[in-house]
Amino acid sequence: MIELHNVSKTFHSKKGSVEALRNINLTVDEGEFITLVGRSGCGKTTLLRLIAGLLQPTAGQLSVSGQKVAKPRRDVAVMFQRPALLPWRTVLENLMLPVEVIGAKKSEYLGRAEELLDTTSLTGFEDALPRELSGGMQQRVSLCRSLITDPDVLLMDEPFASLDALTREELSSELQRICLDQQKTVVFVTHSIDEAVLLADRAVVLSPRPGQIKQIVDVDVPKPRSLGHSDHTERLAEIGAELRDLLFEPAEARP
Amino acid sequence: MTADQQMAAEIKAATAETPEAEARLSKSRVWAILLPLIGTAVLLAAWALIKYINDWNAFILPSPIDVVETIIDEWDLLLSNTWVTIFETVVGFLLAIVIGVPIGIALAYWWVFDRMFSPILFGFNAIPKIAIAPLLVIWMGFGVLPKIVMAVLLCFFPIVLSMAAGIKSTPEELRELVRSLEASSVQAFLKVRLPAALPHLFVGLKLAISLAVIGAVIGEFVGATEGLGYLIVVSGGTADTSLAFAALVFLAVISIILYYLLVALENWLVSWDQETG
Ligand SMILES: Nc1ncnc2c1ncn2[C@@H]1O[C@H](COP(=O)(O)OP(=O)(O)OP(=O)(O)O)[C@@H](O)[C@H]1O
Ligand SMILES: [Mg+2]
Repeated sequence: MIELHNVSKTFHSKKGSVEALRNINLTVDEGEFITLVGRSGCGKTTLLRLIAGLLQPTAGQLSVSGQKVAKPRRDVAVMFQRPALLPWRTVLENLMLPVEVIGAKKSEYLGRAEELLDTTSLTGFEDALPRELSGGMQQRVSLCRSLITDPDVLLMDEPFASLDALTREELSSELQRICLDQQKTVVFVTHSIDEAVLLADRAVVLSPRPGQIKQIVDVDVPKPRSLGHSDHTERLAEIGAELRDLLFEPAEARP
Repeated sequence: MTADQQMAAEIKAATAETPEAEARLSKSRVWAILLPLIGTAVLLAAWALIKYINDWNAFILPSPIDVVETIIDEWDLLLSNTWVTIFETVVGFLLAIVIGVPIGIALAYWWVFDRMFSPILFGFNAIPKIAIAPLLVIWMGFGVLPKIVMAVLLCFFPIVLSMAAGIKSTPEELRELVRSLEASSVQAFLKVRLPAALPHLFVGLKLAISLAVIGAVIGEFVGATEGLGYLIVVSGGTADTSLAFAALVFLAVISIILYYLLVALENWLVSWDQETG
């Protein structure tokens, strides 16, 4: 589904150049949920923007569904760290933005919009303006918007980072359910190890300066999962500990 | 609570000195109307008193009552000239929008255009427009045209600047969103950048409307046969100072009404930008 071969990205500016990513090789299968973890500044956002076609790599090849990524594509939806809602549009109108952009009939998507709003417990807020919603609700609208045109691939950059722990957990499980239902291929950037373990089929650990893949950890626990009481709590905690070790391991330890 | 009780409570609140009391006072509707009225009355009284003490003639300083009398006596004259000034102002203002908004957009979108024309625009803005007024009369005569042009000249610049600033200030996250949706640049402009720019534009428009009134009046001062500015010049010539004051009152009222029409339009179009409650 998503393939990256020796992808590197160096930013050039007047003050010099920053090597953000070096030799990234990664294949994401259809329907797979990948989480990207790494310290701040290790190139997670850059990697996501490359896959989204918002940035061009300095070297290497990227493809989605077998096609080279040259610009943003309509079967790939991006969800940003901030909700990025249009403040003058109501919730429903915000949901319809991608529909308008692809030039489809809005009436055909109303059913899907209602369904998404229902799954994210936003029914009744169709006509509310973003400023009338809480941060978590805004982020849910943003999630619905990225799903409205039924994209195959969902790229999410710390979508729940600005939320409190409770809302975050709630949204994580909603996301899990939606992705299981609708078979999305997801790349999900997060700072939270718990979130990374809970959601991932595989967790990709990036090491900083320059950003490289340090390790890919399989999370071999059946879905849906929850952080609380379950048969797999122990296994999840184990994998979490592994990720934590990888993240905190000093960089010099590697060749 | 009866109205009297409420009034009493408010007066009591007015004398209290805690911040909460002050907040309650400044929020109360009755006081919102009453206080400006009291302020105006005080100033009018001061005006009448100064005239009385100095024993000035009406042609030096008319009393407020003289002015009111003139407004009543010369109502038709004032009104017909008011319409002329309103026409010049509004046409000038609308023309300035028609010219200024596209220029502002072009400045924001194309840096080449910005580099080419920004210096000239700023240079032109630095010219005191009143100095051009006689030239306009030479070129365009005594009709409404030079007044409209003067109104355009005065109010066009803030419109250009606010439009450009508005378009440039689209939040980065919304730009990225538009790119990720693969929207065309026309879609991006109409669906995101233009609406996002409206609050900025209205700042410029509200400034511009008052300038448009000033522009029209400057035009009428220099060479005209009608309009409130012309009326002021003529009443100066005939020492009819009350009439000049009456015309000033009408000018102020025009400015205020046009301004609040814009505010109403803004509240309607950009209600999402205002805080609730
Ligand atoms: N547009 C840019 N121009 C120049 N340098 C950039 C740009 N974007 C990112 N970088 C640099 O690339 C590196 C990786 O940035 P990136 O935003 O991908 O990190 P991140 O892993 O997402 O960090 P965080 O977790 O804090 O969001 C950083 O050192 C950053 O300074
Ligand atoms: Mg980031």
